[in-house]
Amino acid sequence: MYRLGIDVGGTNTDAVVMKGKDVLAGIKAPTSEDVTTGVVAAMNGAIAQAGIDRANVSNVMIGTTHFTNAVIERKHLTQVAAIRLGLPATACLPPAVDWPQDLKTVVGDHGYLVRGGYEFDGREISPLDEAELIRIAKDIQSKDLKAAAITCVFGPINAEMEQRAKAIIQEHCPGLPVVLSTDIGRIGLLERESATIMNASLLRLAAKTVDAFGDALRDAGINCPFYITQNDGTLMAAETVKNFPVLTFASGPTNSMRGAAFLTGVKEAIVVDIGGTTTDVGALQQGFPRQAATVVDVGGVRTNFRMPDVFSIGLGGGSLVREQNGAVAVGPQSVGYKIIQEAKVFGGQTLTTTDIAVASGKAQVGDPAKVADVDPALAKTAMDTITSMLENAVERARVSPELIPVIAVGGGSILMPDSLGDLTVIRPDNFAVANAVGAAIAQISGEVDRVFSLEKTTREECLVLAEQEATQNALAAGAVAETIQVIEREDVPLAYLPGNATRIHVKVVGEMGGSNE
Amino acid sequence: MSDSARQFPAYDPADLWILDHEDIDALEIGAGILGTGGGGNPYVGKLRARQALNEGLQLSILPHQKIHDDALVVSVGGIGAPVVGVERIREGREGLRCIRALEAHLNCQVDAIACEEIGGSNAIEPLLVGAYAGMPVVDCDGMGRAFPEMQMTTYSIYGHRSTPSAMCDVHGNVVIFQHAASELWHERMARATVVSQGAGSDLASAPMRGQFVKKYGIPNSYTQAIGLGRTVRAAQKAHEDPIDAICKHERGKRLFTGKITDLKRHLQGGFVRGEVQLSGIDAQHGETGQVLIQNENLVFYHNEQMACCVPDLILVLDVDTGEAITTELLRYGQRVAIVALPCHELLRSPQALDVVGPKAFGFDDITYVPLQEV
Repeated sequence: MYRLGIDVGGTNTDAVVMKGKDVLAGIKAPTSEDVTTGVVAAMNGAIAQAGIDRANVSNVMIGTTHFTNAVIERKHLTQVAAIRLGLPATACLPPAVDWPQDLKTVVGDHGYLVRGGYEFDGREISPLDEAELIRIAKDIQSKDLKAAAITCVFGPINAEMEQRAKAIIQEHCPGLPVVLSTDIGRIGLLERESATIMNASLLRLAAKTVDAFGDALRDAGINCPFYITQNDGTLMAAETVKNFPVLTFASGPTNSMRGAAFLTGVKEAIVVDIGGTTTDVGALQQGFPRQAATVVDVGGVRTNFRMPDVFSIGLGGGSLVREQNGAVAVGPQSVGYKIIQEAKVFGGQTLTTTDIAVASGKAQVGDPAKVADVDPALAKTAMDTITSMLENAVERARVSPELIPVIAVGGGSILMPDSLGDLTVIRPDNFAVANAVGAAIAQISGEVDRVFSLEKTTREECLVLAEQEATQNALAAGAVAETIQVIEREDVPLAYLPGNATRIHVKVVGEMGGSNE
Repeated sequence: MSDSARQFPAYDPADLWILDHEDIDALEIGAGILGTGGGGNPYVGKLRARQALNEGLQLSILPHQKIHDDALVVSVGGIGAPVVGVERIREGREGLRCIRALEAHLNCQVDAIACEEIGGSNAIEPLLVGAYAGMPVVDCDGMGRAFPEMQMTTYSIYGHRSTPSAMCDVHGNVVIFQHAASELWHERMARATVVSQGAGSDLASAPMRGQFVKKYGIPNSYTQAIGLGRTVRAAQKAHEDPIDAICKHERGKRLFTGKITDLKRHLQGGFVRGEVQLSGIDAQHGETGQVLIQNENLVFYHNEQMACCVPDLILVLDVDTGEAITTELLRYGQRVAIVALPCHELLRSPQALDVVGPKAFGFDDITYVPLQEV
């Protein structure tokens, strides 16, 4: 049986066919306006290249930036009722208070503050104001809002009040999709609430997109289940994505890092994904991207999603190389996707990093004769500059003093030298489609992130409890029990709180149930 | 304390500095830096200040020496756990209710607000209280930075009794602390009360006379914090080194530039204690650094030599942006600059060092040596 991995990027849609641990075929096709055409083209290309019978494809995994782009471009979003449970607390800042005005206009500024919520220790701030929720439900109907987002103060320590509120709203607005903040994010009210509202506003697009993927696959003769990859490099069933589109926001860089880990077999490394214009750098820990500790900005909104800690520098295969007053400048300007016309090795007039790599004998692309006139001193200085940019980026991403390797992926990785400082560089086969490989090999995860009191128990006991809970979540999502392992275990003591409160974060992963190799 | 019938004006409105959105943005950065690793995140406070400005309220600052000697000034600030501050956001009028409760209890009329702690989230709270109460905030504070406990203010150190005080929570509960046997007792009782109120309340201390505030408040705290924020912003915009800009603006010293190579944090007595190991980069390649933490950055060792300690300010700044990294956001691999700023003379007297010097934080083997100003 075969697995099909597809990564829908801004420029290219990549597809790979995998059998077990082998990559049988890899294809790049242009991303289409409607997304699905590009997906089908890449998929058909990969299947043809691999020469397999499509009836034997057992799973399809898709990574997509479609939902992130919808928020960034303010397109396809619906109006949402943003309901917060917490009065009298939080009265001073309404929902979406820190959103850019244009996004607020698109999603609608429908904030509702309701009595309810929890204190840090689980006591109620106020009993839930059910009569007010009924009034809000009527307002939702009269304004014809398409979804509701419910956020309860300290909801992450007790989801009950959000669930009760959802039941009341749905009782009075039958069929209205309702998103709960406890399913979306962690402690940090405004960030979690913003993510929940964004998720609610994407529901209609998510349903449409997932159905379109399903139709396209069926029309192409592929009838197996399909999954979509999320921020942490694990899978969500397509039906689940209809409920949680925001969890796919950072799946692009995640997939390329996971793919890099898989293609090399290395679990602790720095992954450098060099594209045409930028280079994404992140750290792999136990084969998964390390998560960002701080808030992440999406389309101008602060969120606290589980996102990989990836940063970008303005260096790619198309970056301009210029000589100014004896010094050599590299990037951040780039010829981008026009590299095929504009770079010197392809007969163009612009000196790019790719030309420098060819002139220095580091790569064989295009026509080397066209860069024969490049001053060797300039080429050397430019290569040194590129190397030191990469070295600095890798140093920033390094998470331990151990000598871990650097994995170079992406089309621009010809710029990468054979070693960076004291670190060796690995260049896997199929490096250009590492992101689609990352999608194809994604696993199922379960997670717990909550405040525990250590008053009548120990840190170790709480960690075990959290691990059991995370495992249950993974099993419920479709993981195979025997394959489950813990990949993240973190506890952060909280200052000034009694009872030795500590925040525990545990994540487990397992192989997907449907995958038979 | 009754001043209801007094005749003098507490200040001249013409002296007021009215803050705008840009000042608030700068204050967020500057207060974050002066938080020396702690003090809570000023982001929520910034949003509230923006809301207040959009509602037409006035956030105003009175130059330190312009308050009348006999005016009544109340120091106010938030008290609780930082994590509560970002999840159970305030109702909004807690601080105002504190002021009104004190006025009613003491049968007096408060003229202006003073800031308890300029470092972190407590920089913005007094401005909001002042905006709601229609009063300015005097350009001073009681710490010139952030400290973990209430008795660590110059107001307390130089003899002002902070009781009677008033504490209010999101529910409208008001507690008056009539009398505390010592400032430390007040801190203990306040800490116990704030936990029962959900660990995020406001506290207003007993009124001080203008004369006292002028003598013992750390002067020009808001001017400093906003100036600091503007300096960082300007350097970021011009692609100049923000660390150098901060040092120049604040007469500070760049002690170290390095990368975090190890990080330990643990709970002790309700505080996060820890240490950060650094190895030098660039010009300081091969050198080592170490920061000791108790909520705030307290001591810095350079090549195992004590280079700076409390009450002088130890800043851990992002080497690229110049912005502060709070202790809970420190992590392995970050590139940071360690900058020391001299604290105010008021924190360097023997009586101040008893409360905020290294020994007050349990560093018995460290003797405070004032940071030499550059």
